[in-house]
Amino acid sequence: MWSIELPAFVPFFAAALLALVTRGALRSVLMLAVVALSGLHLWFLDGEVLVNLQFLEYELIPYRVDELSIVFGYVFHIAAFVSILFALHVKDTMQHVCALLYAGSAVGALFAGDLLSLFVFWEILAVSSVFLVWARRTERAYQSGMRYLIIQVMSGVILLGGLLLHVEQSGSLEFGFIGTDHLGGWLILLAFGIKGAFPLLHTWLTDAYPEATPTGTVFLSAFTTKTAIYTLARGYPGTELLIYVGATMACFPIFYAVIQNDLRRVLSYSLINQLGFMVCGIGIGTALAINGAVSHAFVHIIYKSLLFMSMGAVLYRTGKIKATDIGGLYKTMPKTAVLCIIGAASISAFPLFSGFVAKSMIMAAAIKEGYNVVWLALLLASAGVLKHAGIQIPYFAFFAHDSGIRTSEPPKNMLLAMTIAAFLCLAIGIYPKMLYRLLPFATDFNPYDLTHVLAQTQLLFFAMLAFVWLNLQGIYPPEKAAINLDAEWFYRRFLRRLVEKISVWVDGFDSDLRIRVEDRINWIITYFAQRHYPTGKGAVIRPTGNMVMYIAILLAAYLWLLLSFPH
Amino acid sequence: MIDHLPILQVVVPLLGAPLCILVRNPRAVGLFALLVSTVTLLISCTLLQQVLLNGTLVYALGGWAAPWGIEYRIDYLNSYLLLLVSAMGAIVLVASQSSIGGELPRNRHMLFYTAYLLCLTGLLGILCTGDAFNVFVFLEISSLSSYTLISLGNDRRALTASYQYLIMGTIGATFIIIGVGLMYMMTGTLNMYDLAQRLPEVHNSKTVLSAIGFFIVGVCLKLALFPLHLWLPNAYAFAPSIATAFLAATSTKVAIYVLIRFIFSVVGPVFANTVLPLQEIFVVLGVSGIFATSISAIYQLNIKRLFAYSSVAQIGYMILALAIGTPLGLTATLLHLFNHALMKAALFLAIGGVVYRVGSAQLSHFAGLGRQMPWTMAAIVAGGLSLIGVPLTVGFVSKWYLVLALLENGWWPLTILVLISSLLAVIYVWRIVEWVYFSSPRIMIDEVKDPPLGQLVPIYVLVIANFYLGIDTSLTVGVSKKAAEMLFGGVF
Repeated sequence: MWSIELPAFVPFFAAALLALVTRGALRSVLMLAVVALSGLHLWFLDGEVLVNLQFLEYELIPYRVDELSIVFGYVFHIAAFVSILFALHVKDTMQHVCALLYAGSAVGALFAGDLLSLFVFWEILAVSSVFLVWARRTERAYQSGMRYLIIQVMSGVILLGGLLLHVEQSGSLEFGFIGTDHLGGWLILLAFGIKGAFPLLHTWLTDAYPEATPTGTVFLSAFTTKTAIYTLARGYPGTELLIYVGATMACFPIFYAVIQNDLRRVLSYSLINQLGFMVCGIGIGTALAINGAVSHAFVHIIYKSLLFMSMGAVLYRTGKIKATDIGGLYKTMPKTAVLCIIGAASISAFPLFSGFVAKSMIMAAAIKEGYNVVWLALLLASAGVLKHAGIQIPYFAFFAHDSGIRTSEPPKNMLLAMTIAAFLCLAIGIYPKMLYRLLPFATDFNPYDLTHVLAQTQLLFFAMLAFVWLNLQGIYPPEKAAINLDAEWFYRRFLRRLVEKISVWVDGFDSDLRIRVEDRINWIITYFAQRHYPTGKGAVIRPTGNMVMYIAILLAAYLWLLLSFPH
Repeated sequence: MIDHLPILQVVVPLLGAPLCILVRNPRAVGLFALLVSTVTLLISCTLLQQVLLNGTLVYALGGWAAPWGIEYRIDYLNSYLLLLVSAMGAIVLVASQSSIGGELPRNRHMLFYTAYLLCLTGLLGILCTGDAFNVFVFLEISSLSSYTLISLGNDRRALTASYQYLIMGTIGATFIIIGVGLMYMMTGTLNMYDLAQRLPEVHNSKTVLSAIGFFIVGVCLKLALFPLHLWLPNAYAFAPSIATAFLAATSTKVAIYVLIRFIFSVVGPVFANTVLPLQEIFVVLGVSGIFATSISAIYQLNIKRLFAYSSVAQIGYMILALAIGTPLGLTATLLHLFNHALMKAALFLAIGGVVYRVGSAQLSHFAGLGRQMPWTMAAIVAGGLSLIGVPLTVGFVSKWYLVLALLENGWWPLTILVLISSLLAVIYVWRIVEWVYFSSPRIMIDEVKDPPLGQLVPIYVLVIANFYLGIDTSLTVGVSKKAAEMLFGGVF
């Protein structure tokens, strides 16, 4: 059983099967135990593992563990464990099963050593995750889940196209450095980019994540985009384009986040902003930058799920998540408020919290390689993070105006899950060596030197000052109940209008033709139906007579062909 | 002992058949037949291993040397198919232990098992023998016993179906014997190896050319090539489910083996490709068969008939791949032969499970069964996916090789047609899914649940094989390739 070649996704899929047939406490224990054991299994793995498989003419590597993938493997297991714990009270079997399949396929994608296996997990990832959105069971969730699914599956199809071209070019399916020197590489980058929420390709994220169930979003926030980050780090380190893409990603969501009312949508935008830092680090591509991107992904998964969990807890207890509807919850949910503040402090990169030890690496790498403008952009983005995620989230949810809602702390499992995440945030922040030991490149980076700490603290305090001042002056954008559309405007409004216009025109032009074609198709279908349904002509067969005739015809045709066209 | 394996392969089930009548007790007779078929399976495994180690095995019956006596020759091609047929024979019998009780009165069990073992004998005999007349004899053994198997069906229409099959099958057998007779007249030998040596001398005579024609048309009837498939849908639909599963997985496959053996080992690939108009005929009939019968399948109301039509369509793929006339094409035929047997056995056994519980194979009676028989329905869906050719299933592997072989020859239009035809498979599989999962039950039978474990286990062995061999293709692709190379190399 404990063969080291047991691929890490197998326990997850097995747990999904178990979750399907068990109920109640047994299911809870089983799900947690399987994930924990799988994590321990990975932890005790010594060195690298490679499993080969012959498929048609190609050599597949369904399971490959190396320095880069194993870090993500650890944190995916932590995230899966915490998210499952957070969701334990849910009675919906479908959610548990899909969540496990989803986490399992993310783990599978991590350890996929070839592009074809990656593609398979990529598609399972898309399909299993959409159920977490649909599980909300509202019309809005269904619609945005559908949009999400279409975009995700499209990403898979683009990946398949890209990998076929790539295989033709390089002759190997192995998933290593891909690069952008041929069309296949660009297509694969595009596929990764869609999953990684690159600017303009990001709309599925801010569309679907806030619509998922309170517990579903916690899973979603951990896996999909970080799988993309891993694949980018594997396939495209040092691609300069990514630096600018990353810087854009880090900056533009700040402005959108400020005007959002739905707090989970604010977090979704801040998720993109955080991804920007990682993409930027991958683009820089030096050992320090990659380390930074990986460690940022590591800590990010933990504090982001902590924040989503705290908002999930609020949504679970009050049924509301709009900034205008809630506020003053600290009176009745003090523990949740404290845990949320720890998450907020981590994402804002306060010294002694986990965000600080990771973010400073990417910033240091940017300045070291001479990308001054990028460094400034990242600095701006850091200030933005503090403002929208670090202050806006806890402030509007737990303080601000008192909404008068009196509720209670969330269930124990939710609190415990959040406590574990908060503990990890602090532990990594205080003792960063623990994280640095796991990184793909050896490092002696020390985040707690004078300049880093001073610069970051200054930044944080001035940003806080600005928030307080703006708020007192009443200049800060008020909480408003509205739906904000960004690039998705393009397909939700513009494209729809365009399509409507065109279709009206086309409709008038060729309705006649279409009716005729439709009639024709209907005629064919009815014709076959009439022939084949029991009362039809085709069903009343005289097999023997017909067959003898066919035999005669066939024999005659054979002899005729043979004798009249001698070769 | 090992030396005598080729003959034991046939003799064990042949002796087992009459013993079934002596056993009489319905329960014991089933177990006895299972025992016999398991021994047969073990023999075929050993044979395949021997062939992979030592190459072709030659066995002279009764010690009489080849041109006069009957000779059994086991090479890559037939050892591969021996394994397939005996494995299917054994797996289906596991399910039959409980399934047959639901469909046949107890006093007919021994008849069923006798006919079953005789049919198995016939099929294995065809595969083993290296003698053209012997092929005919075994063909008759298997045919006569399969008429019996079909006529045992519960439905009264089973009798007419069986009768019509008997008439048509006999016509086919007659054509085969006419072909063999004419060839014997011209060459004075019945041994295939010997025929292959002597036929080139008289290749240009019209008698030999027509003899080949008669033989091939006769075999095409047996393998249900469109439009000679008319016997098949009714026979499969009304036979007991176990018999359908066995026949669908083996009998047409063995007929295709006869065709391949005849074209490659007796006539010779060069002669067949250059002189005979086989390519034209096979391409036209293969492609039109795929489309005509897939469309028929879409409109079927009985799910056994639906898959029977789909079987004819799959035979179209095999014949199309054979018509390409390259080693890669032949590999595709052999792969699909093996893989299709896996899919159809799984599907028909699962349907057998439904018949056992619900008592009908009408599509409308499948409504809402997804809730009541989750495991069985999941197996049907898995088999359906494999039939469509979804990646990670065996169906994908065989379609992949078919497409590769077509592209290798530059037959673009046919490639596109093959891909379009897969969509037809999507339609008829989806129709089932729709009934099973998206309709509310029409008949309220409280007791409906998955069939007993004795049936579920063989079904799932086959389903897992569908996926396992779809991922690890070393056995099927490896042996098919070797067999194809051997046949094109002219070594027998």
